[in-house]
Amino acid sequence: MKLTGAQILLKCLEKEGVDVMFGFPGGAVIDIYDAIPKSPVEHILVRHEQGAIHAADGYARATGQVGVCLVTSGPGATNTVTGIATAYADSIPVVIFTGQVPRSLIGNDAFQEVDIVGITRPCTKHNYLVQDIEDLAETIKQAFYLARSGRPGPVLIDVPKDIQSQVYEFHYPENVEMRSYKPTSAPHIGQIRKVVKLLKGAKKPLFYTGGGVITSAAHEELTWLGKQLSIPVTSTLMGLGAFPGDDDLFLGMLGMHGTYAANMAVNNCDLLLAVGARFDDRVTGKIDTFAPHATIVHIDVDPTSIQKNISVQVPLVADCKSALSALKEETEGTVGDFDWAGSHKEWVDQVQAWAKEHPLTYNDDTANIKPQFVVEKIYEITKGDAIIATEVGQNQMWAAQFYKYTKPNTLLTSGGLGTMGYGFPAAMGAQRAFPDKLVIDIAGDGSIQMCIQEMMTVVCNKLPVKIVILNNGYLGMVRQWQELFYDKNYCSTCMDAQPDFVKLAEAYGADGYRVTEKKDVESTLREAFATDKPCIIDIRVEQEENVYPMVPAGASLTEMLLV
Amino acid sequence: MKKHTLSVSVENEPGVLSRVVGLFSGRGFNIYSLNVAPTLEKGVSLMTIVAEGDDGIVEQIVKQLRKLVPTIKVKDLTELKSVDREMVLLKVNAEDSKRAEILRIVDIFRCKVVDVSVDELTMEVTGDQGKISALVNLLTRFGIKEIARTGNVALQRSMQIDL
Ligand SMILES: Cc1ncc(C[n+]2csc(CCOP(=O)(O)OP(=O)(O)O)c2C)c(N)n1
Ligand SMILES: [Mg+2]
Repeated sequence: MKLTGAQILLKCLEKEGVDVMFGFPGGAVIDIYDAIPKSPVEHILVRHEQGAIHAADGYARATGQVGVCLVTSGPGATNTVTGIATAYADSIPVVIFTGQVPRSLIGNDAFQEVDIVGITRPCTKHNYLVQDIEDLAETIKQAFYLARSGRPGPVLIDVPKDIQSQVYEFHYPENVEMRSYKPTSAPHIGQIRKVVKLLKGAKKPLFYTGGGVITSAAHEELTWLGKQLSIPVTSTLMGLGAFPGDDDLFLGMLGMHGTYAANMAVNNCDLLLAVGARFDDRVTGKIDTFAPHATIVHIDVDPTSIQKNISVQVPLVADCKSALSALKEETEGTVGDFDWAGSHKEWVDQVQAWAKEHPLTYNDDTANIKPQFVVEKIYEITKGDAIIATEVGQNQMWAAQFYKYTKPNTLLTSGGLGTMGYGFPAAMGAQRAFPDKLVIDIAGDGSIQMCIQEMMTVVCNKLPVKIVILNNGYLGMVRQWQELFYDKNYCSTCMDAQPDFVKLAEAYGADGYRVTEKKDVESTLREAFATDKPCIIDIRVEQEENVYPMVPAGASLTEMLLV
Repeated sequence: MKKHTLSVSVENEPGVLSRVVGLFSGRGFNIYSLNVAPTLEKGVSLMTIVAEGDDGIVEQIVKQLRKLVPTIKVKDLTELKSVDREMVLLKVNAEDSKRAEILRIVDIFRCKVVDVSVDELTMEVTGDQGKISALVNLLTRFGIKEIARTGNVALQRSMQIDL
């Protein structure tokens, strides 16, 4: 079957099972847009390319599938860079198609020409400039395979305009064969047995889990191991939802804004099982004093993550799911005769005592609405059955602390890059994937303005995303640092000049709500969540509330500032 | 900080050199020298990279190189028995009074004179790093006007036993 390059591209998406892509047209992709109406792949027109890439990312995080984004050359392509870096930092599978000027003009500083392959080389897992129509289908096949296999990540394909209109025989390869790319998945069984032995000897074991558990869908195995072997679990921001957040063995997040119990547990454990986590500085604090009494087991699919930030005794390169299922297999037989609960009882008691001593809390003694209270209410109303996206800053940390994630793929947040403006378009992508689910963006008044233009996209595509702005009139997280470490020099963090968010929502054709009284928080949230329309709920919260606990940057995890 | 010689086979595709070099600059690793050329195998290039760093850093460099999608194989030859060679072109001051002595050195080091003028000699020399630095040291006092080096190339020895 002879097809144009544009048709081949769309046919490949169909073969990959893509049902939707997020994009924005322009001269260098007009041939592809010309072919879209005849393709079964739906295209959602965003209002800014950053919205498209974050939406594809949110779609990927919520579904576990590859998200797809399509943009034009030059500025269209550069507008996606922040989103690509966001996906890269969190290992999210997305495939980005960018149009490029015709091959004959490449290198001539042609109109809307940028070297997007050069620009995105350090923030993609891999990228391609298609040089020949013959290679187009195979390149797309490889890109999807690379994006989703091993440690997932964004893959960009730059397609020159003349290739889009060339005609060629369409053939989609069945398999991918790349001699240079063979990701490991199965664990070394010798190492697994070593871990089992360590577990049996340990008195104070602790799971420290990250996004890898969610990526590889190893949540059931993790939950089984935690509960059956009686091992407490702490998680990074990226890993929330892999282990049920309402379980007694779950200690909450660790690190800079982690719980007292989690950070104390890290500091006192004798065996730390790091799974799909990468010892990021926001997690470890001062690395030299991290888990000082522990033998560390590190399970990760990416060998470069192991021994990078910290030296570990038992490295285990494997996909988290296969490693944890192997651990489960090796310990299943012992559950009857080895008293796991008994052997860890003292430790579990200790950990739970810490949790009681300093639970996550806040002073609720003013008439003002506390942002934490709002997040708690969201949890109560949804009973944890929603997809939560967050922006970045205090709102993000409160969303992580005061909402209990009980299922994987229900928290969409920019962990590694910390991209303000991520949450709303990501929520939009997730809402498209799950039209009947409640999808909420827990936002800050600063962040929400970074991709607010997508209001139009959710309205016209009937994607009922609920934006809850924890409106403190500040770039709160930066203000918090200024308060604590810069003598309250609130330079450029006061954002009291802001739009009327209610009118703004209405101007786009969405609903707008404003809440200024504590007593109205719950009823307004309930009312807004019950409609099938997108909305903004502008909640005026305590302006100078801080996120606690807090470990100052570079300090040890035990040096927590508490409420 | 020790120098490590890394032998890296890669798919010879556009941008591959840039990926490798970008990895070094982006992560703050140091490249001492880099040589790249196609091999006999279709589509495969071999890079010989001399990198500096402590063991942890070199371990990271090796893993990061392996992680690049077009990388087929990475060997740290420092850990293995290998042959290392570099080719150097040197242009040296050689007025009449110095010329005989310089030619004697050329002889001892088994260099080749590849160009002459009234007061200069250009020579070609191949050797391992020890030989090259010895020669450079000896010639410095005559005045080396220009130098061009290929950077190391290296291959693992077939027999990995101590003779
Ligand atoms: C794109 C981008 N620019 C700057 C920052 C730095 N930054 C981190 S948190 C923050 C404040 C966010 O303010 P807001 O959205 O109101 O959230 P709050 O902390 O008040 O909840 C800023 C500016 C960032 N993370 N991302
Ligand atoms: Mg704010």
